[in-house]
Amino acid sequence: MAMLASSFVISLLGSAQFIKLNAGASFSIINGYGRAHFANFSSMAHIEEIRNKIHLDLHTVRNTEDTRYPGTYSGYDDSWNLAKFKKDFKLEIVSRSAREVEFDMIGIDTPFANAFRRILLAEVPTMAVEQVFIYNNTSVMQDEVLAHRLGLLPINVDPRLFEMKKKDDKVTERNTLRFRLKVRCKRNKKAPSDTTNPDELYLNSKVYTRTIEWEPIGDQKNWIPGGVRFTEDDILINVLRPGQELDMVLSAVKGIGSDHAKFSPVATASYRLMPEIQLLQPFRGHLAEKLKNCFSPGVIEIESGEAVVKCARLDTGSREVLRHSELADKVKLLKVRDHFIFTIESTGALDPLDLMREAIRILKDKCKTYRKELDVLTT
Amino acid sequence: MDTEHVGKLSIVEGEEHDDLCTTLVLHGEDHTLGNVVRHMLIKNPAVEFAGYSVPHPSENKINLRIQTYSTPCLSALYRALDDITDVCDHVLEQIDKAEVKARR
Repeated sequence: MAMLASSFVISLLGSAQFIKLNAGASFSIINGYGRAHFANFSSMAHIEEIRNKIHLDLHTVRNTEDTRYPGTYSGYDDSWNLAKFKKDFKLEIVSRSAREVEFDMIGIDTPFANAFRRILLAEVPTMAVEQVFIYNNTSVMQDEVLAHRLGLLPINVDPRLFEMKKKDDKVTERNTLRFRLKVRCKRNKKAPSDTTNPDELYLNSKVYTRTIEWEPIGDQKNWIPGGVRFTEDDILINVLRPGQELDMVLSAVKGIGSDHAKFSPVATASYRLMPEIQLLQPFRGHLAEKLKNCFSPGVIEIESGEAVVKCARLDTGSREVLRHSELADKVKLLKVRDHFIFTIESTGALDPLDLMREAIRILKDKCKTYRKELDVLTT
Repeated sequence: MDTEHVGKLSIVEGEEHDDLCTTLVLHGEDHTLGNVVRHMLIKNPAVEFAGYSVPHPSENKINLRIQTYSTPCLSALYRALDDITDVCDHVLEQIDKAEVKARR
């Protein structure tokens, strides 16, 4: 602590920012390669908070950027340490279903969480309809609109079984799935005479995904366990009237979300930071009640007359409490910099946790690729 | 997408560079890899400066600038890539463990 009482040297690599603290402490980080900037701190807790927490003010957010790099703070070793990472890292599954998973990742740096999220959205491959051969379409929907709708249908097949089809590659059982959509709308002769409901009056008036038939190529029936379906049976594709007909062949290939969103394996993949609410003094009576009402239900509870933070996870990040002058300076709203609440919602082709695994493997593969490229460059 | 260059690495032309400072071009990459690599590079005390930029949003590449004090900057990049791989391996391991734990 003696070191902290005096001024000491800080610097920040490659980043421009200026931070000011209340309570008589001043702390500045100025951009540049140079490493000679000075700061005074009134306490260790201030530095810890700047390092580990993001601070929400009424109209601003402070300490958003991670400053925990070597050379920024004296007295801290911020260089990369795998053993320390392994010791501190925690991953806990909060809830899980066939389509959705929520898990906590604690003790990992933002670039990683963000890379995993970005890869989930744009780089984990799935199969999707890429070409539609339209033999007949007498419905009111234009060919291109219909083809686009077919492209967006999520296919329930493990994309890892397939290879990417490059531009000039021939169609093989390993790179293409084929489907047939052949349906014609007719009048329903058995319809009750008094009905006006099109579902009763006509047959096949609504075309759902269940109408599309998978046509195996080559030996696909044997090596695709369970066959190929769309993830839902009842996605409405088109509406027909008597005499109208669809006749088309669909071919699906493997692709990634950055090429077209239809290949994205997730409905959503996102993270948020764990909120932290600090009550700087005890709240009782009507003030406690008022505090409780400033937050989402379940965040603040009143226990034996005193307000306590019951479940910060439920907090939405609302800053309502800071709008009330009698509460504002008695509460601190923070977010924990390295506690990520990750949510992945799969479109159905893969289990959401498997998607996460795939995303991590893709990041690993990138590193491997560039390692090899470096070998080429250095020899 | 410029498929010809995917996964390629080159050194920016027309710029002076030596062992201790260079600007690399990572073809076919964006913020996903750029930010992680930058992060791991500046976690290394031997690195004086590291930064990346996307020169143009419709060009699928990033520029990565590395300056080191005394170790060759390319070996710093090697190390950064290995460190990222270590993190990935550990997270994969922990996912498996968390999955087993959640099943119980």
